[in-house]
Amino acid sequence: MSFMDIDTPSKLQKIIKAGHLAVTSEVGPPRSADGKVIEEKGNLIKDYVDAINVTDNQTSVCRLCSLASCIRLKLMGLEPVLQMVTRDRNRIALQSDILGAASFGINNMLCLTGDHQHFGDHANAVNVFDLDSIQLIQTVKMMRDEGRLIGGHEFDVKPQIFIGAAANPFAGPNVELRVARLAKKAAAGVQFIQTQCIYNMDTMKTFMKLMVDRGLHEKVAVLAGITPMKNVGMARYMQKRVPGIDVPDAIVDRLKGVPKEKQADEGINIAIEQIEELKEVEGIRGFHIMAIEWEEKVPEIVERAGLYPRPKVNGG
Amino acid sequence: MIRAVGKPLEEIIGMVQNFDRILLAGCDGCVTVCEAGGLKETKVLGSALRLYFTQAGQNKVVDETTLTRQCDKEYLAQLGDRIDNYDAVVSLACGAGAQFMVDMYKHKVVFPGVDTCFIGVTEERGWYTERCQACGRCILADTGGICPIARCSKRMLNGPCGGSEGGKCEVSPEMPCGWQLIYDRLKTLGQLDRFEKPVDPKDWTSSRDGGIRKIMREDLRI
Amino acid sequence: MRLQYPPDVRIIQVPCTGKVDILHLLTAFEEGADGVFVAGCLEGDCHFMEGNLHAKRRVKRVKEILDRVGIGGERVEMFNLSAGQGGRFAEIVRDMDQKIRELGPSPIRVAHMKGSGLHEEVAA
Repeated sequence: MSFMDIDTPSKLQKIIKAGHLAVTSEVGPPRSADGKVIEEKGNLIKDYVDAINVTDNQTSVCRLCSLASCIRLKLMGLEPVLQMVTRDRNRIALQSDILGAASFGINNMLCLTGDHQHFGDHANAVNVFDLDSIQLIQTVKMMRDEGRLIGGHEFDVKPQIFIGAAANPFAGPNVELRVARLAKKAAAGVQFIQTQCIYNMDTMKTFMKLMVDRGLHEKVAVLAGITPMKNVGMARYMQKRVPGIDVPDAIVDRLKGVPKEKQADEGINIAIEQIEELKEVEGIRGFHIMAIEWEEKVPEIVERAGLYPRPKVNGG
Repeated sequence: MIRAVGKPLEEIIGMVQNFDRILLAGCDGCVTVCEAGGLKETKVLGSALRLYFTQAGQNKVVDETTLTRQCDKEYLAQLGDRIDNYDAVVSLACGAGAQFMVDMYKHKVVFPGVDTCFIGVTEERGWYTERCQACGRCILADTGGICPIARCSKRMLNGPCGGSEGGKCEVSPEMPCGWQLIYDRLKTLGQLDRFEKPVDPKDWTSSRDGGIRKIMREDLRI
Repeated sequence: MRLQYPPDVRIIQVPCTGKVDILHLLTAFEEGADGVFVAGCLEGDCHFMEGNLHAKRRVKRVKEILDRVGIGGERVEMFNLSAGQGGRFAEIVRDMDQKIRELGPSPIRVAHMKGSGLHEEVAA
């Protein structure tokens, strides 16, 4: 099975299948009941991306829920990607939310295990982890293709979901294992991958080469994760403090080498160069631009990287 | 074995302060091995409590004893002839032992003297680490003998997650990534191919989620 | 060498300070000692390798307990000196004696005295 096989109404899938480089981005919901924030962030980027991820209590910080935010985007006529972590909900709640999302015509999901609650604003919480990301992928696939819940109940109206997950080529133990784990996700039924923020091009290219060697790039569409650096401070923080992110010294040095007021521009320049470079790498089928609390820069990045205007697809 | 750690003195003082005759009951089992609730620790607690209440001008009786085990009725029964000499008992056994004492002496106030922590091993004296969460359905055969439920902070069955870096868990740079350990072990055993097959959702009915669990061995029952 | 040190010190000999247990120290306080100190060999000079280091950790633990039960951890100390340092020993005893006198009688001894009607003797 691959991203080509099971057709869903997902616009994202159609764009990938048509051979276009896809562009996705994400919005982080507010830490309040202010749903307007989602609309504003959505409107800011809607013409420049094919689909919009909504994070699910990212870094274990409690926020307005991903499902409600996705419904809001859907009602605006946009294409949401429902991010779902297994940290906070058991298989009953997860499947229930998947059915609820599908009932609103949400056609994309990103299946994640989620950051440990230790990072967030409720470190004292109990975690759930009834399933992990790979089991969530299996579950969505079973619900979609077999119309069945884990518990065995069978139903007629099935969720039509283009199944996504994350991959981090830069995490341990090594890039080979990371490809093996992606193969496992493919075996579980994943169709597209959004990667961790890429800064180390060499590792990313090795990862892609290993994927291509195994033919995995024909099964799973890889959207390369791009996060522009706002300044050298952010680069240093990501380098030292964020587990699973590999920021080479060259990136830090380059930002350090320009005056403070020019660092943001330089960060955008780096992001655009990364996109241009990755476009040439076999197996890359698009970009996932995560401009953290910097959504207003997404249009500029997309335009300057030659990814604008976005293609139109039937029904999309 | 079960690993426990003594409760803070202040907490125990707070529990027993309204009682005049207090029995501290240690246990010669697991809590002795991890030096949390054996004879020695029970005597130290007794001494500390007597010092506290004496200096505070409170006249209390604090006696100590230890039982061979508090998770077996035969040993708990040994308290039967003297437990009524006391208003309250502090059990330094694990949570199971303390509760079994409650089962046997329903009229008696029983306080916990230790915090029961986990099923673990002695890395070195005074340094214990968890190994098992007693999920009731052992999967060690599939994971190179290293348990992801106990040793992965997200109890993932298909790890390692993207937060594993340099062999360490995303939760703490001091904590080994359980899945890195499994990876290393499977590599040593030449079984890395196991990584490629997704592991299905676990049946947790044998774990903590169904009320108290029981084992019924007809072959052993008298 | 006739060194003078205060007469109200009771010396309990042990083969090594590694033999000194937390319970020994606590019991001394339960029985009314105003202060206790452990005199061990110089660090690195333990005949049994690290007996004096064990004692050091135990004294630290007893200090914590005494602080928590209202006696005060400063009533117990550990010193390290060699068998040849008689002068140093006398000096330590004098210092400890002085420090304990400043702290006054242990609350345990006060309580015992009250109980037996000998409170005034302590006060005097």
